[in-house]
Amino acid sequence: MTDTTAPILQRTDGAVAGNRPWRTRLRRLQPGLALAWLVVAVVLAWSIAPDLFTSYSPVDGVAGQQLRPPGAEHWLGTDGLGRDLYARIVHGARHSLTGAVVAVTVGLLLGTTLGLIAGARGGWLDAAVMRLVDTLLAIPSLLLSLSIIVLLGFGTINVAVAVGVVSVARFARLARSEVVRVRRSEYVEAAFGSGGSFIAVLWRHILPNSLTSVIALAALQFGSAILALSTLGFLGYGAPPPTPEWGLLIAEGRNYLSRAWWLTAAPGVVVVVAVLAADRISTSIGRTEP
Amino acid sequence: MSARHSERSEESPANSVPLLEIDDLAVAYKVGDAEHRVVRGISFHVDPGEVVALVGESGSGKTTTAQAVLGLLAGNGRVHGGAIRLKGTDIAAWSQRRLDRVRGAVISLIPQDPGSSLNPVRTIGAQLAEILQIHRWGDRRAIQARVLELLTRVGLTPAELRAGQYPHELSGGMRQRVLIAIAVALKPDLIVADEPTSALDVTVQRRILDLIDELRRENGTSVLLVTHDLGVAADRADRLVVLRDGAIQEQGPVRDILVGPKSAYTRQLLADAPSLQTARHRTAAATTEAAIVVESLTHDYPVGGSRARFRAVDDMSFRVLRGTTHAIVGESGSGKTTTARAVAGFLKPTSGRVVIEGIDMTTLRGEALRQFRRKIQLVYQNPFGSLDPRQSIAEIIAEPLLNFEPINRTERARKVRDMMGRVGLPESFLTRRPQALSGGQRQRVAIARALVLDPRVLVLDEAVSALDVTVQAQILALLDELQQALGLTYLFISHDLALVRQIADTVSVMHGGRQVDAGPVATVFENPDSSFTRELIDAIPGKRMPVAA
Amino acid sequence: MLNYLLGRLGQALLILAITFTAAFLLLQALPGDAILIKFMNPELGLTADQIADIRASYGADRPIWEQYAHTLGNFLTGNFGYSIQAGVPVRDRLLVSLPPTFQLAGLGFLAAAILAVAIAVLSTAFAWSWLRTVVQSIPSLFISLPVFWLGIMLIQLFSFQLNLVSVISPGPVERLVLPVLTLAIPISAPLAQILIRNIDAVLAQPFVAVARAKGASRQWVLWKHVARNAVLPTLTIAGVLFGELLAGAVVTEAVFGLNGLGSLTYKAVDSHDTGVLQAIVVISAATFVIINLIVDLLYPVFDPRLGARPGAST
Repeated sequence: MTDTTAPILQRTDGAVAGNRPWRTRLRRLQPGLALAWLVVAVVLAWSIAPDLFTSYSPVDGVAGQQLRPPGAEHWLGTDGLGRDLYARIVHGARHSLTGAVVAVTVGLLLGTTLGLIAGARGGWLDAAVMRLVDTLLAIPSLLLSLSIIVLLGFGTINVAVAVGVVSVARFARLARSEVVRVRRSEYVEAAFGSGGSFIAVLWRHILPNSLTSVIALAALQFGSAILALSTLGFLGYGAPPPTPEWGLLIAEGRNYLSRAWWLTAAPGVVVVVAVLAADRISTSIGRTEP
Repeated sequence: MSARHSERSEESPANSVPLLEIDDLAVAYKVGDAEHRVVRGISFHVDPGEVVALVGESGSGKTTTAQAVLGLLAGNGRVHGGAIRLKGTDIAAWSQRRLDRVRGAVISLIPQDPGSSLNPVRTIGAQLAEILQIHRWGDRRAIQARVLELLTRVGLTPAELRAGQYPHELSGGMRQRVLIAIAVALKPDLIVADEPTSALDVTVQRRILDLIDELRRENGTSVLLVTHDLGVAADRADRLVVLRDGAIQEQGPVRDILVGPKSAYTRQLLADAPSLQTARHRTAAATTEAAIVVESLTHDYPVGGSRARFRAVDDMSFRVLRGTTHAIVGESGSGKTTTARAVAGFLKPTSGRVVIEGIDMTTLRGEALRQFRRKIQLVYQNPFGSLDPRQSIAEIIAEPLLNFEPINRTERARKVRDMMGRVGLPESFLTRRPQALSGGQRQRVAIARALVLDPRVLVLDEAVSALDVTVQAQILALLDELQQALGLTYLFISHDLALVRQIADTVSVMHGGRQVDAGPVATVFENPDSSFTRELIDAIPGKRMPVAA
Repeated sequence: MLNYLLGRLGQALLILAITFTAAFLLLQALPGDAILIKFMNPELGLTADQIADIRASYGADRPIWEQYAHTLGNFLTGNFGYSIQAGVPVRDRLLVSLPPTFQLAGLGFLAAAILAVAIAVLSTAFAWSWLRTVVQSIPSLFISLPVFWLGIMLIQLFSFQLNLVSVISPGPVERLVLPVLTLAIPISAPLAQILIRNIDAVLAQPFVAVARAKGASRQWVLWKHVARNAVLPTLTIAGVLFGELLAGAVVTEAVFGLNGLGSLTYKAVDSHDTGVLQAIVVISAATFVIINLIVDLLYPVFDPRLGARPGAST
């Protein structure tokens, strides 16, 4: 029963729209999807060239400018040390994005490889890999990443690797079930029937047809990674202060809860918008699949 | 649904109101911002006690019409013109709440697919009782008694036992009996039967249609029979309404249409329906060399983890002469597909030999088997599943060449284009993907892929069963032409006896894994050895009608 | 059926064995020795010999397989060893920490279930309108909310802006309202998604059309046919949901400063108190495995198709 093939806590819902013509779906999706890509583009630009977006320093505060509410001078206000919050968020994009990229890369490479091998080879290898995956899934994600952090130590990259390892199980399971699904399809049998060798069929049919949903999951995991990284940053396991990491910003803002609502609200909204954008893009990848 | 339609008045008395009158009905589905018109202004009527068949191919709007009558269009569907008059009252604009009182009591439904038309987690007794509860037919005890009575009436005995069973514990035919019991429970005036037997084996189909017929006559119920099968319509209906693209091509008494169809489309339909043809036995081939020899083929499948095994094919033997077509017919679960897969080399049989063009396939492995695949190709039933959705048509047809022939790109492209022409596909399709093609076009692509290596034997596993009759006829004509031109040998797997009678030279009839009849088509059809074959032949619809010109 | 049960049981035990072994190897045998961290502190002024003695007294100097067998034996008898940092048995610390966390998680789950059903019912109520699109995108939003941020925002809104929930010395019920809400909102999202998806899938089933053709109203169909078929599959995510719930509860505790498994975990991570971490990991994995096992065993009771003999379904 627990052997459901799709990732269970998936954030998107491709199945419902599955039977509507794709053209319609695409058209209906356009505005939201365009917005999602715009969000990703902006965050990417922030992380590549933060100075183009703000002239304030993310780490040095200005005396006498403490706890200014959002306004014309400081768009998102300032914190307790007089640092511009907008500048901190813009500069923090690099940490969140790098972390998410590392996490997704770790999960995608490790997980997909495991899943592909398990699904394509079958037999005892499949059973062994899947028991390993089951074990990874049995440990609550936060506890698993904390355990890995204990092993690796604190810091942005270590936390990112920990988040990535947690997602290995999801990638492996999806990749395997996709490979198994595609392998059972008639067009794969037909490809063998027309004389295709195992490698040729794997390359021409199994890989391209299984990878679409894996890529959709990668986009989804990108959002999840940002979420998980900010949680671990909030708990204090990521980069140390004064790094403007998004989760850390929220943690710091907590001390001014009664006086400066913007310090917690603004970075949180940025995280949510980034995660929603990744979710939207993932959905669109999943839906354009034939 | 009587064959003797003539005794009832074919033109209803002018003073009586028809039970159901569809007047200039138009239905559209909203897809995105666009409206898809599926039914474009059709008019017909059903008189009390009459059986009217709505006949058409996929996309003709016949099912939509049936759903509109019940007020159960899909969420994006809308009646945007015309009237649906039930005993003179237009119900087209009625609210769902008002229709709830009509549905089940005055109009009921026998659905298409008995497999998914019953709730899997409730007993059939509860689902039958439900219709009585909804319409407050009686108290608990009365309903219980009526449920048992109905189950007994439709032949599900012992009724007490059946009432407590879940749908998955019944066969397809039994489930359809439950659905019929539901449909007749409140003795409605009209039953809408939407392809009531198309998911069933032909012998079961016949018994189910007979049952509907009996009950209908008992209660004087009218039936609106929706079907793609002209044979079924001809046997069971008083009048036909032929639909195409949402418009009526022709309507009238069955006999008139069959004898003198007025529209070209109806003529085409009649000409293409295998069950309405007289037998066209093919002459035997001149050669005596066998392309396929199957000897004592036996195959067991393991059953659910235990050591028990299920024998799918039991001691099957036959020979197919070069350049001829051998058909294997049988109902679902008869072992015909297992046999086909063993012949095509996709399955190592438990025992027995399969010799193709002098080589025993069952001994081949690895590279030798791969090389041998040039000689024998399989075409699948489902043209939607057997083509990779990511490849272009050109890539699909070229792929076998990549596997075997070290020829250059231009040579390959030329071969692909030749093949496309051969199977009647325009060159503009080269760059398209399978989902942009219709079912018939996809099946042409599958045939092109199978033939591009110039094989000697083609195994066709229900290769035309998923297609509309007119498309089916085109594909069969293509296969026939290719066989003549290339000297191909066909192994044709089918459940459709009427079709087999048209296109095969020799035939094996399978039942429960065994071959119960075999030989030239003429011999088997006119003089079957087994009672099962006789039953199969008798169950072919379209028997009781005047032979079309 | 018996084979199936034994198979499932074996699988569950295997997962537990792998979890235990991995946790042991990664946490106990690899770097980050808690004893060294605690006693190498120069202020204690211990000599290398003294530290070695302390290590011996914890059994840290013995061969690794011996430690493994020893720890395994202890775990099987419910003895999770000593917390090196606090110097008390891990079991005692767990007995203090687990009840408040389970209380929070339990209440959070209840609230999440109610919320999820409400969203799902709402989404079926507005069939084919833009409101439905709005309702259906609620889960996507909910699941994108960082738990800790949500908690902070709720405090901000209800305590500071609206003054509804007191931050200083709240009552026992008042103290739990915001944490439970914080936990419930993200957890309700996957549940609501699955419910909505299942309801849509079931509504598209031919048996629903048959029920409507019997004259059943929309409401009747929803309750008599759709509800059970749509709720059943949510059972399969019970195990994963538990993991999310536990993780969410741990983070929520951090936000609201509640004592429980969360604070125990953080302290263990900060001080490399691996014995505590190992126990927490193994216990939560065991709970996950047991929940899944129960679901697997219960499922055939609710779904008659699975109670059938193999092969009978054809």
